[in-house]
Amino acid sequence: MERSLTHIALFAALIAVLGLVPKIDLAAGVPITAQSLGIMLCGTVLGARRGALAVLLFLGLTAIGLPLLSGGRGGLGVFAGPSVGYLIGFPVAAFIAGWVVERTTLAPVWAAGAGAVIGGIGVLYIFGITGMAVVLGKTLPEAALLALAFLPGDVVKVVLAGLITQAIARARPDALLSRA
Amino acid sequence: MLTLTSPVETPLHRVAAGPKLGVMALFTAGLFTLSSAPMLAAAALLVATLYATGGRAFVRHGLAMLRPVWPFVLIVGLWHWATDDIAQGAVIVIRMVTAIAAANLVTMTTRLSDMIALVERLASPLAPVLPPRRLALAIALVIRFIPVLSERVALLAEARRARSSRRRAGWRILAPAALAALDDAEHVAQALRARGGAG
Repeated sequence: MERSLTHIALFAALIAVLGLVPKIDLAAGVPITAQSLGIMLCGTVLGARRGALAVLLFLGLTAIGLPLLSGGRGGLGVFAGPSVGYLIGFPVAAFIAGWVVERTTLAPVWAAGAGAVIGGIGVLYIFGITGMAVVLGKTLPEAALLALAFLPGDVVKVVLAGLITQAIARARPDALLSRA
Repeated sequence: MLTLTSPVETPLHRVAAGPKLGVMALFTAGLFTLSSAPMLAAAALLVATLYATGGRAFVRHGLAMLRPVWPFVLIVGLWHWATDDIAQGAVIVIRMVTAIAAANLVTMTTRLSDMIALVERLASPLAPVLPPRRLALAIALVIRFIPVLSERVALLAEARRARSSRRRAGWRILAPAALAALDDAEHVAQALRARGGAG
């Protein structure tokens, strides 16, 4: 019980920290935010249920007015903005990513990579593109065009999610709750 | 950092959090039923007036909170300028900015403690599945551990810089950062159990 609670809370804090640290240059000097990487890791490390709860806790704290989203954004306004679809999709993405790691017997690096692709890109983009289409008054293909700009960064994050999950599996096999 | 509530006291600060949130929700829902530019402009003017009652510093804070929205305004503006449909573009932009500004207004005029109290009240029907004490503990843990973890990340970045010729730490510190969070979670769980559990 306590273990679940503290893991959920600490990973919610980790998502916030990954958004607050702007200095992480992930690839070729492109300063992309590591926040969505945090979402993927919640699923691949904590598993479907705990991962989704950690993301929900993070979103709840953002909604009540803490500036935890990357770039110091927060408050209720972000839920009325164009990225609302991504925010709604975050917990679902973490759940799916975790579910893939839980249900497959692949090595952690492949399982986490696959989970991150399906949850963190596939599912998340469906929510995100729908949200942008609604708020910006565009058709789905038009909104998808806008979302395309984030794809290269997200592919990098999928690779990192796989590598980091593998590193955790090696360093602390017991701590990888998605495979416990 | 922690909290977006404006330190400038406005009349809206004295309105209870629940009604304020309710009015904001109705207002936003109303915005999406309006499709004429003049009506939406009137709604935007109403929100702007509410901001203005807070004085100049409050308005400046409000504008700063809207900063992440401008790229989207630009994209939509260019798009509709290119497709020769500026009226429709204006409707979309005014509606979006007004909805965001209204929501920000609630955030800026409501203290975090009032917001948490409201969440506790709204979550009370969930008590059998989610005891309020456990929720409060989880919220407290997150708020406490954000500075702890960011300090840890900064430390990892420094250590990495000390033994590498590269100036930036990069992605290599992410795995140890996640491990640190996992280890802290184990320790806090043990500490909680030793003190009688999370309730």
